[in-house]
Amino acid sequence: MSITIDYAPSRKKLRQQASRDDLAKLGFMAVIGLYLIVALGAPLFVMLSKSLSTYRFDLSAFEFQVSDETGANWATAVTADALNKELGVVAQKDLATNSDGRLAVTKFFPQFNFRSPVHYRIRGVTDDAAFLVGSTLEKGTAWREYDSATFRRVVLRPASTFGVENFKTYFSTPALARSIYNSVLMASISTVVTVSIAFALAYALTRSCMPLKGLFRGILTIPILVPSLLPGIALVYLFGNQGVFRDWLMGYSIYGPIGIVIGSVFFTLPHAFLIILTALSVADARHYEAAASLRASKWRIFTTVTVPGARYGLVSAAFVVFTLVITDFGLPKVIGGQYGMLAVDIYKQVIGQQNFEMGAVVSVILLVPAVLAFAVDRRMQKRQVALLSARAVPYAPKRNVRMDGFCFAFSCLVSLFILGMIAMCQIAALVKFWPYDLTLTTKNFAFDLMDGGGWAAYANSIKLALLTAFFGSVIVFAGAYMVEKADGFRFGRGIFHFLAMMPMAVPGMVLGLAYIFFFNNPANPLNSIYGTMTILVVCTVTHFYTVAHLTALTALKQMDPEFESVGASLKQPFHRLFFRVTLPVCLPAILNIGIYLFVNAMTTVSAVVFLYATDTKLASVAVLNMDDAGDIAPAAAMGMMIFYTNVVAKLIHAAVARGLLVRTQAWR
Amino acid sequence: MNRRMFFMLAGAMSVALPVIASAQTELTVYTAVEAVDLDRYKATFEKAHPDIKINWVRDSTGVMTAKLLAEKDNPQADVVWGLAATSLLLLKAEGMLEAYQPKGVEALDKKFVDGDTPPSWVGMDAYVAALCYNTVEGAKLGLTPPQTWEDLTKPEYKGHIVMPNPSSSGTGFLDVSGWMQMWGEEKAWSFMDKLHENISAYTHSGSKPCKMAGAGEAVIGVSFEFPGAKAKSAGAPIDIIFPAEGSGWEAEATAIIAGTANLDAAKTLVDWSVTKEANEMYNVGYAVVAYPGIAKTVEHLPSDIAAKMIDNDFEWAANNRAIILKEWQKRYDAKSEPKS
Repeated sequence: MSITIDYAPSRKKLRQQASRDDLAKLGFMAVIGLYLIVALGAPLFVMLSKSLSTYRFDLSAFEFQVSDETGANWATAVTADALNKELGVVAQKDLATNSDGRLAVTKFFPQFNFRSPVHYRIRGVTDDAAFLVGSTLEKGTAWREYDSATFRRVVLRPASTFGVENFKTYFSTPALARSIYNSVLMASISTVVTVSIAFALAYALTRSCMPLKGLFRGILTIPILVPSLLPGIALVYLFGNQGVFRDWLMGYSIYGPIGIVIGSVFFTLPHAFLIILTALSVADARHYEAAASLRASKWRIFTTVTVPGARYGLVSAAFVVFTLVITDFGLPKVIGGQYGMLAVDIYKQVIGQQNFEMGAVVSVILLVPAVLAFAVDRRMQKRQVALLSARAVPYAPKRNVRMDGFCFAFSCLVSLFILGMIAMCQIAALVKFWPYDLTLTTKNFAFDLMDGGGWAAYANSIKLALLTAFFGSVIVFAGAYMVEKADGFRFGRGIFHFLAMMPMAVPGMVLGLAYIFFFNNPANPLNSIYGTMTILVVCTVTHFYTVAHLTALTALKQMDPEFESVGASLKQPFHRLFFRVTLPVCLPAILNIGIYLFVNAMTTVSAVVFLYATDTKLASVAVLNMDDAGDIAPAAAMGMMIFYTNVVAKLIHAAVARGLLVRTQAWR
Repeated sequence: MNRRMFFMLAGAMSVALPVIASAQTELTVYTAVEAVDLDRYKATFEKAHPDIKINWVRDSTGVMTAKLLAEKDNPQADVVWGLAATSLLLLKAEGMLEAYQPKGVEALDKKFVDGDTPPSWVGMDAYVAALCYNTVEGAKLGLTPPQTWEDLTKPEYKGHIVMPNPSSSGTGFLDVSGWMQMWGEEKAWSFMDKLHENISAYTHSGSKPCKMAGAGEAVIGVSFEFPGAKAKSAGAPIDIIFPAEGSGWEAEATAIIAGTANLDAAKTLVDWSVTKEANEMYNVGYAVVAYPGIAKTVEHLPSDIAAKMIDNDFEWAANNRAIILKEWQKRYDAKSEPKS
């Protein structure tokens, strides 16, 4: 599915009186708009504010009193801040900390000795000032007295404030800041490689007469059906230290940039390929004839006719690949080794260190390149003009043995790469103990004995995929219908359209983290959906909203607006027209949206990894967790289960679509 | 929309919803215990107390800790049964645990019980830092198996060791805090500086290094004994080595979440969790349990593991964790970029 379609405001029409119909439509649009605000806008806003929430030791909030050796006479109370000013034991910059920060109070007493008979008193100046005795939490303004041996165990806890400290910490930590460079570099390299290969493949399919085009098309879309973790696992088996082809790497490790690039090319190839294929398949044979009659060389025709014709497709493909790679989390998690990437950093901060604030900071930083890529792409798309005029003559490739042979060989090579990765995973899933015991077994499919959730996770994934496909299709199509077919409220529709385009630029990890902050708050009336299947469905629908929205929009744009005018003049309510005409006509597109949402719900990891609860564990997350625990073979086995499920879903979809087409699309 | 299809879908969804009907007290128990053991633990407890039903919520230690902290203001769990003591100390520091003196806790080894009275957590069993050494790959490379932590810094192991990243793995942190408590901070840092030169990867999870060693992806995995024994049973050609200097360790422990609506049932569970019967149950997978004198040898593991365990000061480890990790990240995270 491509994203090359754009919203163009419909031609200005005579303004009508707002009828009951219009009010119903307006109400409908408001409901779906509200959905997008609750499911996208509000969580992101809460996350932004979380990234500004910092922790700092507030020394002026604590007071001490020290006794003499008898433990009876007390000196005057003094704040920690005053002691620190006098002694300078803690530098200002060290007062900034994270939510787990602890500061030993003995630092403020240079003469401190835990064997001394001196007693100490401590209290907070405010009610919120917190300190620990050992690990017991104490709060409040009452004086508490401890002997020296106990006072040694007292540590101060930081107070929560607002500021940009987190961002300062981020940029002054080289390992973290380095991830920005790494992520952009990996995304750029992968983009160049993927788009080149995808272009060559699309070119072979549209401009040559090689055989088996349908088969290649099918094979090239396979990577869409597997989670991005799977190529990572395949690469471990192919090129890891015990890999089949490890010698090919000439001593370089697959764990790191090499693995990330190869894996990224694998899982982004279908996206780029389908976009460029669409761009190349609209070709005007007259351009080629003109060029040929001007005696242009083949190379010149290629650079002046073929490439410019597909330039918007190329740009679009490039941005899609760039965004996918920079926001992907599964692949670098499995194969990235020590190579820091932004999306993995979010996971490490949140799951590894329980540092939610820093996770939010990395999320905000990850939003920047994704939003930039998205914005540039949108600008470029606006400048696209129709290439194909009514008088165009469809281009038909001519036979050319050398050219066709070359295209065929290249397509075979790429297909081999894709099938090889999948086959490797299948083998890994069936082998007893790689590489020492290669007998076949099905024990890797005994998921219930592993971490990750077992077969229940697989069942949950199917449930999630079905629910997402059903509710997603309904919401998305209804939303697109309002944008495209409703009259008036142009401002409202514009905002709605903008909201619908936003999910494309929001990485799954960021969305998932934002959902924690927003929904896991007792004050939120929607708190009850936290930890349920509902939040997973909402999150997944929102995450994949944009492409589905654009697909629906394209289908609706193909319908003549006259239908509405005729319906209105016959005084038919809009819902009758909607159910009798619009819906049947658009049924193939709705089915496409459904299968798109199904497949993605099966494979997505990034958005749901923070949101699943124990009874809503998912197959894709199980792949991640089993790999994380080192159970790579079962992880591969679960990945293959996802793959087969998606293949079956695609086949059912094809059968249903064909059946429905015969019944409802006879007019075509 | 086809109306029949709609009803079919609606029907399918209502079937999918769980049916809850029970007169027992139900306890929501958070745990990081191995998935294989959950059914056994639940069945054994419910046999002893048929009036209480356990609803497990299981995930890895890191995720479980993050989940508990995220739910700080609105706790969902009644009891935590089987989470690292270090994690429970984090919860204690947030005031999330209900202190309770379980009946019969006196029978347990002191180092498995929270130092405060009444204790906020009580231990079940221990996992102990150990090395997993792949004998097949080691022989191919002509290496000798390491016997001590110090051995790991030898140049011959360069690029052959994996260890868990202490900032994301509890096991990684118990290694680091173990070295510091054994040797003092200065020596521990200089050891880690040299060790870092030999490390090929820092993993996110604590059991992965051992499994990587088992699969030959690495020769030596710094991990703990449990996944080692498990990998060996699965056919991995590994030796499990306990370094001569002693090993850091971590207790799996039990605690009541403050504010639970089922306090009595929670206490019953915690009482039972310290019994001899419960400890015998833990002993099936874990070589060292909190109840002294009952542990039987676990397959593939030596019988004297308890002697290798250092005196672990959980409180010191928890209170210094943030500082240690900050320094660790400063020293090794920035350097751990691959040369490419």
